[in-house]
Amino acid sequence: MNNPIEMIQPDAKTQARFEKIAQGLKKRHAASRRLKTYGIMAIVTAISFLAILLTTIISNGYTAIQQTELQIALTIPAEKLQNDDGTIDPVKARNFNWNGLIKKAFRAEFSDVTAMLDQRALGEILSKNAGYDLRRQIEAKGSIPVGEIKLWIKTSDDVDMLMKGRLDRNLDESQRRLSDQQIGWIDSLVADDRIRLVFNDTFFTAADSREPESAGVLGATVGSAMALFVTVLLALPLAVMTAVYLEYFAPPGRVTDFIEVNINNLAAVPSIVFGLLGLAVFLGFFGMPRSAPLVGGMVLALMTLPTIIIATRASIRAVPTSIRDAALGLGASRMQAAIDHILPLAAPGILTGTIIGIAQALGETAPLIMIGMVAFIVDVPATLTDPATALPVQIYIWSDSAERAFYERSSLAIMVLLTFLITMNISAVLLRRKFEKKW
Amino acid sequence: MDTVVDMAKAIKIQAKDVNVFYGEKQALNNVSIDIEDRSVTAFIGPSGCGKSTFLRCFNRMNDVIPSCRVKGSIMMGDVDVNSPQTDPVLLRARIGMVFQKPNPFPKTIFENVAYGPRIHGLAQSKTELDDMVEDSLKKAGLWGEVADRLADQATGLSGGQQQRLCIARAIAVGPDVLLMDEPCSALDPIATSVIEELISELQQRFTILIVTHSMQQAARVSQKTAYFHLGTLVEYGDTKDVFTLPKNEQTEAYISGKIG
Repeated sequence: MNNPIEMIQPDAKTQARFEKIAQGLKKRHAASRRLKTYGIMAIVTAISFLAILLTTIISNGYTAIQQTELQIALTIPAEKLQNDDGTIDPVKARNFNWNGLIKKAFRAEFSDVTAMLDQRALGEILSKNAGYDLRRQIEAKGSIPVGEIKLWIKTSDDVDMLMKGRLDRNLDESQRRLSDQQIGWIDSLVADDRIRLVFNDTFFTAADSREPESAGVLGATVGSAMALFVTVLLALPLAVMTAVYLEYFAPPGRVTDFIEVNINNLAAVPSIVFGLLGLAVFLGFFGMPRSAPLVGGMVLALMTLPTIIIATRASIRAVPTSIRDAALGLGASRMQAAIDHILPLAAPGILTGTIIGIAQALGETAPLIMIGMVAFIVDVPATLTDPATALPVQIYIWSDSAERAFYERSSLAIMVLLTFLITMNISAVLLRRKFEKKW
Repeated sequence: MDTVVDMAKAIKIQAKDVNVFYGEKQALNNVSIDIEDRSVTAFIGPSGCGKSTFLRCFNRMNDVIPSCRVKGSIMMGDVDVNSPQTDPVLLRARIGMVFQKPNPFPKTIFENVAYGPRIHGLAQSKTELDDMVEDSLKKAGLWGEVADRLADQATGLSGGQQQRLCIARAIAVGPDVLLMDEPCSALDPIATSVIEELISELQQRFTILIVTHSMQQAARVSQKTAYFHLGTLVEYGDTKDVFTLPKNEQTEAYISGKIG
């Protein structure tokens, strides 16, 4: 048979129903397309905000990676520093006027500058800490170079800004931090190739300073690391034990409900309140040291606790109950079931929650201000009770400073902070992936 | 309602007037039953009839459900299962359980079987533990398949193998009663028949209580069958009698496929 097969057509009523559905389809598809567009628009907006933020920070801060230096020829008077046996006498080295030595050598090169005010203006080109830096350098070396040497000395932050194009030459002299005369000197030095921009290693090896060219983030970074160490040490075991208790042992009832509600509330408490609590309890009542990373870590631990508890409970609940049943069915006690089976399986989630909580704590400023970690501290802390500051607080302090050079340094410090945060979050993702494969 | 007991075999467990509540809702209603030693007793009935709930009464697994309350007495020898003085940990060492879905620990095959003896401190040495694991896997009919890959992940086994591993894991502790909650419901027919054969073998050593949705399975593996309906034990007797000459209309309707 060559005739096409005659297929059964639906009856008129069914046909009409299909047509009605078909009519509405266009509208429904359009609605879902619209929703998709809104979603994309929202993501694009969010990403562009992020891009603007990052661009601003990077464009403000990337210049801080370099520092301007100036070459000076000078002779160090060894006889004024050494003992009879040729070693450097620390007392003599400390009392010696290094700044005077450098300034004198520098002035000697501009013999035409004689007026006192002009000489002072000339001195302002050099960093106020140039003498200190030189002393440290000589002391570290242990010997004094003989004869005239050519040294690279840090310039003041104003010269640094000029060299980086962050000081507008066209501005009226009265509104500039460098006079026409000073700019003239600098230009002549540049022409002689005696000014250079080098990698700013001070930024990564020093603590805070009044002079931007001598300030660094190491002190704040170590302070942050110490505080976070204390935070993890306190918050992780407390949070995991709390979560295990609430999930496995707590008898259902009003008390448990009350605890649960309050843990969730704590997660929403503004962090400065934890700072006030730390101030009143840890410093006021227990008399613990002010500005110490130990206390900072304890306050941050309080703040991080609810985050880790909530994450731990969620990941414990995500472990299939069949595993718990299997362990209990074999006669494992609740504790054995939790430790042998549930916690290992929940570990990736707990770890992620912890790292995210710690990352949050790393970026926290307000509670640390309350317990005095906002102080101006020029030493890198060596122990948990040494006065210290933390990275975000350091950024806060610098962004509040008048010097333009601190502004770019605070941007660079933000980049350092962001690098730590991103590293932590990436490691959270990687660890989770690594452990999840086993499961 | 009277229970029919074949006096040829000794009684292993005696349950009397067991009532189970989930909050306000009553799930089991005055269930009394005598379980014979070294036999297979099947619990059948439509979904929600309380047969799984009843099974979980024997090793107190209902304890983990916060709203669940169990009333009545279940005596196993001189142990009162339901008494607050009875330690569920000890009880579960005496009564093993196999669950509906194979639930091996995400560890190695060896670790799965060794876990029970380890937590109860049953093995004095590594060799003893090795022997126990081998023995249990042999009893569960899995040794031949896994002997050379004990260090492999248990989750890599097939569903049927996983379930036999769970059986091996349960018997490694050395219980004398085995509870099986629909052990074959997640398995294909071939794996199911392997497990059923295994159950018939295990019956030599263990008293087995099995919940099943498959009436054929109940008929094939069990000596005794209990039919549950809406939380009550409707009929209990020798499997061949329950399936061929049910005394109760509901039982007959269920068995012949009219309800359920």
